[in-house]
This record gives sequence, C-alpha cells and structure tokens, in this order.
Amino acid sequence: MSFTGYLIQRALYAVFILLAISFIVFMIVQLPRGDAVDRIVAAQRAMGDVISEEEEAALRSQFGLDRPILVQYADWGLDFLRGDLGRSVLGLRVNQLIRERLGATLLLAFMSIIITYAVAIPIGIYSATHQYRAGDYFWTFLGFIGLATPNFLLALILLFVFHRLFGLSIGGLFSPGMEDAPWSLAKLLDLVNHLWIPIIVIVTANTAATIRIMRATLLDELGKQYVVTARAKGVPYGKMLYKYPVRLALNPIVNSLGHVLPVQISGQTITAIVLNLPTLGPLLFRALITEDIELATSVLMVLSLMAVVGVILADILLTIYDPRIRMEKGAQ
Amino acid sequence: MSTEAVTTALTAEDRLFIASQRQLIWRRFRKHRLGVFSLFVLLALYLVAFTYEFWAPYGAITQHKGFVNTPPTRIRLVDSEGTFRGPFVYGLEFELNLETFERVYTENTDEIHPIRFFPRGESYRFWGRINGSLHLFDAGEGKIFLLGSDNLGRDLFSRILAGGRISLSIGLIGVLLTFIIGASLGGLSGFYGGFVDIVIMRITEILSAIPKIPLWIALAAIVPRDWPVAKTYFAITVILATMQWTFLARAVRAKLLEMRGHDYVTAAKIAGASDLRVIFDHLLPGYISFLIVNLTLAVPGMILAETALSFLGLGMRPPAVSWGTLLEGAQNISNIALRPWMLTPALFVIVTVLMFNFVGDGLRDAADPFKDM
Repeated sequence: MSFTGYLIQRALYAVFILLAISFIVFMIVQLPRGDAVDRIVAAQRAMGDVISEEEEAALRSQFGLDRPILVQYADWGLDFLRGDLGRSVLGLRVNQLIRERLGATLLLAFMSIIITYAVAIPIGIYSATHQYRAGDYFWTFLGFIGLATPNFLLALILLFVFHRLFGLSIGGLFSPGMEDAPWSLAKLLDLVNHLWIPIIVIVTANTAATIRIMRATLLDELGKQYVVTARAKGVPYGKMLYKYPVRLALNPIVNSLGHVLPVQISGQTITAIVLNLPTLGPLLFRALITEDIELATSVLMVLSLMAVVGVILADILLTIYDPRIRMEKGAQ
Repeated sequence: MSTEAVTTALTAEDRLFIASQRQLIWRRFRKHRLGVFSLFVLLALYLVAFTYEFWAPYGAITQHKGFVNTPPTRIRLVDSEGTFRGPFVYGLEFELNLETFERVYTENTDEIHPIRFFPRGESYRFWGRINGSLHLFDAGEGKIFLLGSDNLGRDLFSRILAGGRISLSIGLIGVLLTFIIGASLGGLSGFYGGFVDIVIMRITEILSAIPKIPLWIALAAIVPRDWPVAKTYFAITVILATMQWTFLARAVRAKLLEMRGHDYVTAAKIAGASDLRVIFDHLLPGYISFLIVNLTLAVPGMILAETALSFLGLGMRPPAVSWGTLLEGAQNISNIALRPWMLTPALFVIVTVLMFNFVGDGLRDAADPFKDM
C-alpha cells in the first residue's frame, strides 16, 4: 500500500471511529437525564407554577425536542462540526470554556509523556543490567508501590506532606493572582512550581509500568545468544548494550505509542479533579454533577477527539519509523 | 500391581513427566514465594471481609456518642503504677480546643478496661440472616477504636473491614462479568473470523478509543442517587465491566487465531468434532491459564476504579460502606491534617492491589510452559 493510500485509509478510519463515539457519547450523556423541558418544568413546578401538559408539549416543539432522537443527534452533531458547542447552564459559551482549558490539558499530557519515557527507560535499562542487585530491588519495589497506589491518593498524600512540611497549598496551576497576569518570567516560574506535583502524580503509574516492560524485554534480549557472541568477540559491554539489545527492547514501547495519549488524557482526570487543575477533567466532572448536559457532552466528545487524533498521529509516525507496520496493516 | 504402587515406584523425575498441566503450573507457582505469600494474604483479607461481623468489635454504622473523631486507641499492657495487667485500654476524656474547635482526647488513667476476647457484644444479623453477637474482641464497658473513629463517632476499623465486602467483591464480580463478555465475544471473533470478527473488533476499537476514566465518570453519573445499595453495586460492576472486556476479547481472539492454525485443531475438525467440542475440549485447555493470569491482573484495576469513583461520590454512596466511600472523609487537606488516620483505608487498598499484582506475576511465570521447572 502506498503511503498516501495509507493516510487516506487512516483518516477514513478516524472518521468512522469518531462518528461511532459521538453517537455513544450523545446517548449516554443526554438520554438518561430527561430533556431540558423536563428540567424547566420541574423548576417551575418547584416554584409553585402550574404547567399544563399542552404547555409542556409546546415548549418541547419550540426546542425541537419532540423530534425523533436520531434527528436530534444529527442536529447536535452538525452543530458540533460547525464548532458551535452550545451554552452551559450558566449561559457561558461552551467553546470558550473548553478553549480555556485545552492548553493546560495538552501541556500536562505531553509533559507527562516526555517525563515518563525520560525516567522509565534509563531506570528500566539499569534494572535489567543490574538484575537482583539492591538497585534493581529498590526500583522494582518502588514500581510496584507506584502501580498499586491510586493516583488520587498519591495526590492527597503529597498535598498533605507539602502542607505539613512547607505550608504550601499546591492546588491549581498558578498562585492566586497570577492566573490572569500577562505571561512573564515570573508567571512561567510560578507555573513550573505548580506543575511538578501534578506531573509526579500523573506520571507515577505509567512510569512504573514502563519500567517493568523495559526491564522484562531487555532481560529477554540479554539472555540471547547474539549477546554472548558479541561479548565473546570482545565488543565493549556498553557499546554492545546500546547498539543491539536496548534498541530491540525499545520496540514494545515504541509500539505502544498509539495508546499513550488516550491513557494520559484518561489518567490525569482524577488527579486533576483532586488537585483542582484548570484542565478538561474537572470541567467534565462538575458538568456531570451539576447536570450541565451540553457542557458534559461537548467535553467528553473533545476528550475522545483528542484521544483518537493522538492514536492516528502515532500510527502515522510509527509507519514512518518502521514501514513494515504499514505493510502488515495493509495485508490484513 | 495397583496404581498406588506404580505411583510410589516412580522417581520424582518420572512424576514430573506425567504431571498434568494444572499440576505443573501449581508446582511452579509454589516456588514463587512472594506469590504464595500474597495468595494467603488475599485469602485472609477475603475471609475477614466476608465475615467481618465477627472480627470487628462494632457494627459498621454504629455511632458511639461522645466519641467523635477519636484518634486510634492505644492498647496498653502496664498501667500507670507499673503493674502488669494484660492488654487493656484506658477510658477517654475530652475537652474542646478553643482555637481549632477540635476535641482533644486524653486518657483517664483511673478507668481501666481490659480487652475481652470472644465476648458477646453488639448483636448483628450475619449476612442479614443469622443472628449473632460473638466478636473477636472488645473492650467491655470501654471503647476500643483500633484505627480511630470518624466524624459521626463510628469505629473506622470496623468500617474498613465492612467496606472490604464491597470493595473486594466488586473486583471479583466485575472480573467475572468481564470474563463472560470478553471471552465469549473474543472467542466468537477468533474462532469464526470473517464478518463476525470484523464487527466485534470494530466495537472493541470504538470502546477503547474513548478515554476510559472520563467515560467511567460519565456512566457512573447516570446511576440515580436514590437507588438502593444493591442496585447501585450492580450498576457500578456493570459499568466497570463494559469498559474492561475489550482488552480480554482482543487477547482471547489473538490467542485463538494463533491456535486455530495448529495441526491438532485441523485434525480434530477432520475427525468430525463439532465447533463446541473443538472450542471446549481442544482450545480451552490451551488458553485457560492465559485467561486466569489476565483476569488476576485485571482485578486490581477494578478495585482501584471502584475506589476512585466512590471517592468522587459517583460510585457507591453512603450508607453503603466501601473503601472508596470511607476515603471521602479524607477529601480535603484540613481533614487529613487534623485526622491523618482517615487515610488508613488507603493502606488496605494498596496492600490488596499489591497482593493481586504479586499473585498475577507468580501465575504468569508459572503458566509459561517454556520456563524450566
């Protein structure tokens, strides 16, 4: 398959997946909650107003809610495509709310991905080359604890420790007052100061998992005969290590690149809620709690959109890195 | 010669050669010390959670008047005059700290309550059916809060044991559901291939493309707040399983596709075996160990998810007691700073998840047929 053919195929695939997701998202967020008219009527009745069945029906047709659900879905979908995400319960434009938080969400995701690899790969190599030594046990133990501790708990514990030790409050990404200030060196430093705790929390579980994968695959490679041969022929250990086994052991990690963005977007949600970060996760959470349907649907859809685009981008990058992948997929 | 005589005549090596797959796996697993240890810890945790009424000194929702937010009770052996008295606790007195408006508890050294073992204490209905009042221990007239008490004067230790019932079982039941959906859909997909395969695989791809935790939150938020505990429990389990089955389905499918090409499957088909027979007699034994390993490793994810959802107030809700709902008490920092013992449910979550990981690792190594004995 040619490269352009492959690109077209991936793009069509992304469109198909996104269509299906939009339908699921629409169904699970909007359907079970009754419609806007139900809420208006309930609110009016709570204030003591009398609303007849006819008035209710009239309201419904005014909002277009008496049409079949598929028509409503199509309507919502077309608005979404046009970039009109509707208004939140408080009357704010959803576009605006999402745009405000998109940057921080992506920043956190990419920082986390880079730091995960920067930390996990060297430690994985160290652990595999020092198998069953104190250092290996230390990292393995730490990795297991990292995997077993729920993210939100780690966030809570760090909040507590920093509060105790330094009297710091570390919620959010900026100090009070800094948020609306124009960008400056001081603001950047402030951001960095606030960023590293959420990043530690978000990164822990994935780093632990990546260390274990790296260690296991590298150990497998190190046991193979070509390693023995290379050593017997006198290749210096370090050169041999980085030239062959490490490169091969990186393969599963490179291959998992496709899932990295969805995993990051999903993984930072609860941490962001606990630490009150200005990302999309807490926005979705609050929208769901306050039954802000339009907002919740849009945020969930935008999150899924980011995940799918991430997967497709990673796919394309991978085929540039290793054309065999494209051939395999084409052959399927 | 009887079969028994034959078996005893065999050397250890002979026995290795005639051992069934299950025996081989068990043998290898037993060598994984950490795995065996973890398995025992897990069994103990489950046993305690399922019969917590006996192990806990008090009921999970019993409120002790005047004992709000007490720190963990200290168990003493020697009294203030230096005489040995066996395990006992002092009575508690409190006064209000006028700066923080927190109660400050002090021990009243005149009031000594020896710890009683196997006392008849608070009565309970075991699993809502059998009446009982036997407990492992209590402090008689005094109060014993091993891990402190919460803001309504409920014993945290008893509540953690009770919470284990929901938190530990939700993992197992969720995994059972995952297994049923994942193994059957993945099995269909891998065995029949073609159109069935394409449809099922597209569904798994769509579901796994949606970020998992946001979707979980969205689904859990649908569950009406006024549902009874049992119904909510079921709903949460279903929600957890709907997202988890995809990975299992894909794994089962890949494994089946690989095995479908083996000669013995073709041989069975030529010999006239039905599809069901091929699946259950020939293919299933080949991948059952693989399934068990994957499922063991999926349980901790479920437990963590339940804890996180309940912590956010979207999973189990009071009056249901689970480790997640208990951690709701630790949601803000001033609470943790003043009452750090409210974090102890987390310790149980971490230990459980660790133990499942160790058992899963041990099983994975044991189920690997290429590993030496």
